[in-house]
Amino acid sequence: MAVAEAHDLYRARFDALAARREATDPIWLAPIRARAMQRFVALGFPTTRHEEWRFTNIAPIAATAFAEPSITAVDRSTIAPFDVRGMSCTRLVFVNGHFSEALSSAGALGAGVRATNLATVLAVDPGLVDPYITRCASDEDQALVALNTAFAHDGAVIHVPARTVVPDPIHVIYLSTTSGAPTVSHPRTTIVVGDQSQVKIIESYGGPDGEVYFTNAVTEVVGGAGSHVEHVRVQRESLSAYHVANTQVRLDRAAVYAQHSFVFGGALARNDIGAWLGAEGIHCTLNGLYLASGTRLVDTHTAIDHAKPHCESHEVYKGMLDGASRGVFNGKIFVRLDAQKTDAKQTNKVLLLSDDATINTKPQLEIFADDVKCTHGATVGQLDETQLFYLRARGIGEAQARAMLVHAFASEVIDHVSLEPLRDSLESTLLTLLPKAALIG
Amino acid sequence: MLQITNLHARVDDKSILRGINLSVKAGEVHAIMGPNGSGKSTLAGVLAGRDAYEVTDGSVTYKGQDLLELDPEERAREGLFLAFQYPVEIPGVNNAYFLKAALNAVRTHRGQPELDAMEFMALVKDKAKLLDMDSGLLSRPVNEGFSGGEKKRNEIFQMAVLEPTLCVLDETDSGLDIDALRIVAEGVNALRSPDRAVIVVTHYQRLLNYIVPDFVHVLSEGRIIKSGGKELALELEDKGYGWIEADGAAVARG
Repeated sequence: MAVAEAHDLYRARFDALAARREATDPIWLAPIRARAMQRFVALGFPTTRHEEWRFTNIAPIAATAFAEPSITAVDRSTIAPFDVRGMSCTRLVFVNGHFSEALSSAGALGAGVRATNLATVLAVDPGLVDPYITRCASDEDQALVALNTAFAHDGAVIHVPARTVVPDPIHVIYLSTTSGAPTVSHPRTTIVVGDQSQVKIIESYGGPDGEVYFTNAVTEVVGGAGSHVEHVRVQRESLSAYHVANTQVRLDRAAVYAQHSFVFGGALARNDIGAWLGAEGIHCTLNGLYLASGTRLVDTHTAIDHAKPHCESHEVYKGMLDGASRGVFNGKIFVRLDAQKTDAKQTNKVLLLSDDATINTKPQLEIFADDVKCTHGATVGQLDETQLFYLRARGIGEAQARAMLVHAFASEVIDHVSLEPLRDSLESTLLTLLPKAALIG
Repeated sequence: MLQITNLHARVDDKSILRGINLSVKAGEVHAIMGPNGSGKSTLAGVLAGRDAYEVTDGSVTYKGQDLLELDPEERAREGLFLAFQYPVEIPGVNNAYFLKAALNAVRTHRGQPELDAMEFMALVKDKAKLLDMDSGLLSRPVNEGFSGGEKKRNEIFQMAVLEPTLCVLDETDSGLDIDALRIVAEGVNALRSPDRAVIVVTHYQRLLNYIVPDFVHVLSEGRIIKSGGKELALELEDKGYGWIEADGAAVARG
C-alpha cells in the first residue's frame, strides 16, 4: 500500500466513524478530532527525511492496511503473561483498545480517586478529561499523536484529587491480539495527579508473540504541585508488532516524577517521552532500559524541558543490542533562559553484544541560562575486560562471567523501581531475554 | 608448588620480565620487593593469567601443571588466588552472589558439592568476622563505593572464603591505614598452613612486619637481583633499593 493510500484509508475510516462518534463523543471533542485528522493528513506518516525520524523508517507501518480489531474479549490466561504476580493493585485491562471490565479489578484507591476508562468517561462524565486531553501531547507537529487523537476510543483515565495518597499501585494493561489480519489500536491514557498527592502507575503493553499489530499509544500526565508520581512503562509487545508511543508529562511546582521505561518487545518500537518542567523545584527522573535482538529496531527520543529555575532532572538510559538489531537514542535537554540553577544529568550507555548490532545515539543539550549544571555522557561498547578478568580470576567461567555482567548492566535499571513484585516480574522477563541467562540464577 | 623458570613477558612491545627464576614450596611465604616499574605487578598478573601480558620465554609450573596453558578461571579453580592491587568495581553484581558463584565453581572443580544459600551465608559470616568486615558489604555490589581499605579487606575476605593453595598478594598494603593493615595481615596469617604458599608483592617493608616472610626477593628491571631471608627486607627499608640495584648492575656487567 502506498503512503497516500494509507492516509486515504485512515481518512475514510474516520469519516465512516463520524456518525457513531456523534453519539458517543461529547460535543467539545468533535472539533478536536476533526482538527487532529486534518493534521495527520497534512503531516503524513513521518519519513527518514524528518530529522526526528532519520534513523527510524516506519514505512512498514504506513504500508500495512491495519484493520480495526474485531476481538474485544479474551480469557484471563491471555493477559497473565503481562500481569504482575503478587502485586496488590487496581487493574485496568484493555483488549485491542477496548476496556474489559471482566478482566479488570479494583484495589485500594482512596477517597475520590478515579481509575476508569475513557469511553465511559466520555459517555457519562466528560468534564473529567476535558481540561487535559491534547493539552500535554500536541497534535500540531506529531502525526502519530494526531492519528491517536482522531481515533482514540478508549484508554485509562486516572484522576487523583489533591492531598491523596493512593495506597495500591494502578496497573494498566493494554493487550493486543489478532485473529490473523494485522490490526491497529490507539490507546489513550490520561493521568492527572492533584497537588500533594502520591500514586504509582504501571502501563503495560503486550501481545502474543508472532502476531502482527500496531499500537499507537499516547499518554498524558499532569503532576500537580508537590505531587509524587512513579510511572513505569513495560513494553512487551509481540516481536512482530509495531509500537509507537508518545508520553508527555507536565509538572507543577516541587513535583517529583520518576519514570522507568522498559522496552522488551516489538519489531519496531519508538518511544517519545517529553517532560515539561514548568515551575520551580521539580525533580524529574527518566530512566529506561531497552533490549533488542534479531533485526528489531528500538528508538527512544526523550526531551526534558527546563522552563523554570531550581529544577533537577536525572536521566539514565541503557540499551543492550544483540544480533543485527538497531538502537536509536536521542536525549534532548532544554534549559530556557529563565531556568537558572538547573541541575540536569543525562547518561546513556549501550552494550553491543554482537558485531552486527548498531546504535545511533545523540545527546542534545540546548542551554540558554548561564548559571546551570548540565552533564551528559554516552558510552557504547562491549563488556568491560577488567571486570571480566576479575570474575574469571575468582574461578567463574568466561561464559558465566559474561552472563553475569550482561545481567548486571540491565538489572541496574530495574533496581530503581520501588515496587518489589514488579521488580521480580521485570527480572524474570529479563532472564528470558538475555543470552545465556541459564548460567546465572 | 610453583616453579618459575627464565620467565620473560612483555606488554605491547615493552619487555617487562626478563628472566625470572623462582621456586616456591608449600608452607613458604615469599616476599617480592622492588622499586616501581621493576615488574612486580606484571609477575603477579602473569601468574593470574591477565591477557595484557604476553609471555615470550620461560615456563611456570604449578602443582606439576603448565600454569601458562590454563585460563584464568582454571588457575583459580586449581587454587591460585590473586589479591588485586586495584580491586575492580562491578556495579549490579551483588558481592555475596558473586562470591557464591566463585566458591561453587571452585568446589565443583574439587569434586565437592555446591553450597546452598544457607550453608554459604553461614560460611561467609564466619569469614567476615575474621576480617572484621561489615556484613552489610556482602549485600552491596562488588567493590562499588567501597573505600580503599574496604576493597583490600574484601580481597582477603574472598581469599579466606575460597581457601586457595597459592596466594599472590599484589601490593595489598597500598592505601591501607595501620589498623586495616593489621587486620588484613591477620587474615593472611590465619590462612598460613603447611600446604599453602603465599607470595607477597610489595614496595614497602611495613606489611612484612605483620606477614613475616621466609624469603625476600628483590626485583629490578624484570629480574630477581638478590634473594635472602626476612632481614633483607629490613636492610632495604634502611638503605633503599639503590645499593642493591648498583650491585645487581655490576653483577650483570661482570
